[in-house]
Amino acid sequence: MTTTAALETSGLRKSFGALVVANDISFRLEPGARHALIGPNGAGKTTFINLITGRLKPSSGRILLGGDDITELSQADRVKRGLGRTFQINTLFKGLSVLDNVCLAVGEREGQAGSMLRLVGSRPAVIEEAYALLERLRIADDALRLVKELPYGKQRLVELAIALGLKPKVLLLDEPAAGVPSAESSIILDIVEQLPGDIAMLIIEHDMDLVFRLARKITVLVQGGVLVEGTPAEIARDERVREVYLGERHHV
Amino acid sequence: MLDWFASSAKLSPVDRVVRSHKLRPIELLPWILAVGAYFQFEGYLPLGSQILVMIMFALSVDLVMGYAGIVTLGQAAFFGVGAYTAGIYAIHVTGEPLSGLVVATLVAALVGFVSGLVILRTHGLTLLMLTLAVVSLLQEAANKASFITGGADGLQGMSINPILGLFRFDLFGKTAYLYCLAALFIVWLFARLLVHSPFGRTLTGIRENVTRMHAIGSPVRGRLLTIYTIAAGIAGLAGALLAQTTQFVGLTSLTFERSGEIVIMLVFGGIGRLYGAFVGATFYMVAQDQLAKIEPIFWNFYIGLLLVLVVMFARGGILGLLDQVWHAVKRRR
Repeated sequence: MTTTAALETSGLRKSFGALVVANDISFRLEPGARHALIGPNGAGKTTFINLITGRLKPSSGRILLGGDDITELSQADRVKRGLGRTFQINTLFKGLSVLDNVCLAVGEREGQAGSMLRLVGSRPAVIEEAYALLERLRIADDALRLVKELPYGKQRLVELAIALGLKPKVLLLDEPAAGVPSAESSIILDIVEQLPGDIAMLIIEHDMDLVFRLARKITVLVQGGVLVEGTPAEIARDERVREVYLGERHHV
Repeated sequence: MLDWFASSAKLSPVDRVVRSHKLRPIELLPWILAVGAYFQFEGYLPLGSQILVMIMFALSVDLVMGYAGIVTLGQAAFFGVGAYTAGIYAIHVTGEPLSGLVVATLVAALVGFVSGLVILRTHGLTLLMLTLAVVSLLQEAANKASFITGGADGLQGMSINPILGLFRFDLFGKTAYLYCLAALFIVWLFARLLVHSPFGRTLTGIRENVTRMHAIGSPVRGRLLTIYTIAAGIAGLAGALLAQTTQFVGLTSLTFERSGEIVIMLVFGGIGRLYGAFVGATFYMVAQDQLAKIEPIFWNFYIGLLLVLVVMFARGGILGLLDQVWHAVKRRR
């Protein structure tokens, strides 16, 4: 018996002229998955994420979210259906407070963000929920500070907090610990590990230790196409993966 | 935001955000000054009315540029459309002023909506160029359609009835001043509500990072089109006030120069903080008035010099400078 995948792509392809950046990617993300996407630089990992979220339009192929075809939907409509993401490079509202950053996401999810003729403070629930999220991520002390004043590691947590404020069913994490010193990256890792089990997660990561700690399934992407997919143990044994990826990490 | 004179009592972060819209006493200062000026500077009331109109116009630019981050040099298009609509309405339909304001506001908002549909598909420099194109197109259209707009001679011969049939527009500009003040007060209430609403907060989100707004599911283009339309309406209302109170509309109200000038006023005052429009427009208009007396030919040079100084040393404008001083004093104590 096959269950409906949380997220599925079939024959997903994207090319810019002769350059193929996503080559017939067929991929399944199971409900509650902890799935890692790895591959050498330029393999098309972020492109794949951008295709799923609708930032890029595929040349061909289909994307299904919880069994529904979302290929033609706008970015916003995909988010409304439970697709959340974080960015490899911090993509934050830098001039706003940490709390405001998360309030924007929560308000947008609640469908209250468009109201014009009432004050923000008239629905404290949104603000309270955002604050509770900051407490969970242990950055509540910085709630009123501007994001741009925070150290990079904490900004990475805000990056995560915004995505969690959307209460996504499927969460795409694009190198959540990128650029963070390893001492701090374990905090981020702890938080990712403790996320509710019903969120299906796809994690792009370069750090192999992190991947093997988090993932129960790994897909290896090379030159826009899926090279191999399997459990961490299988991937670690795979000769081709060693060749194109693991061997390379020493001189990356 | 302006946080001087804010209560510094210990509040939880959630409460701080919940109460962020609470009216602080200093926000009433502009209104006290405006009413005081009515009694104190009787000979200057026509200038006073113009200042109030420019504040409203600058406020519309602040909503679009300071809050939503749409960099525009075409806001005079809507100011001009409002002015011409009010003028033509007064000549061909009725001299009743309030309905004239409503019609002018709606027409300007409509022009904002339609041009916004095209313009807001782009961003950055392209968008800036398109806003310039809109204002130039409308100016040339007004120039060519001289049978209805008066062309280069301007639109003359409108007569405005007493407001509500009671308050006649007098030679000294008393009624005009209070009329503009009342209109500005209503617009301020509305704009203040808007920037403290969830919608207003999403505008600052779009300004800060449009990519992330898409990624949290925000209908970005719809939001931008909404504020662009609203701000066009407000600019149109300002134009209509000027038309009714001076009983003249010239092509200059529809120019790129007027668009640039209003942005300069806002930069003087401080952009993206609602009250920058009040401070900047007043400062600019008074400075222009005084400088023109001292240096009738050369005054523009000094305006330019002031602008250079503000941009180099006070990026947040006058209000930003006051903010810094206030924080420095607070730290001293």
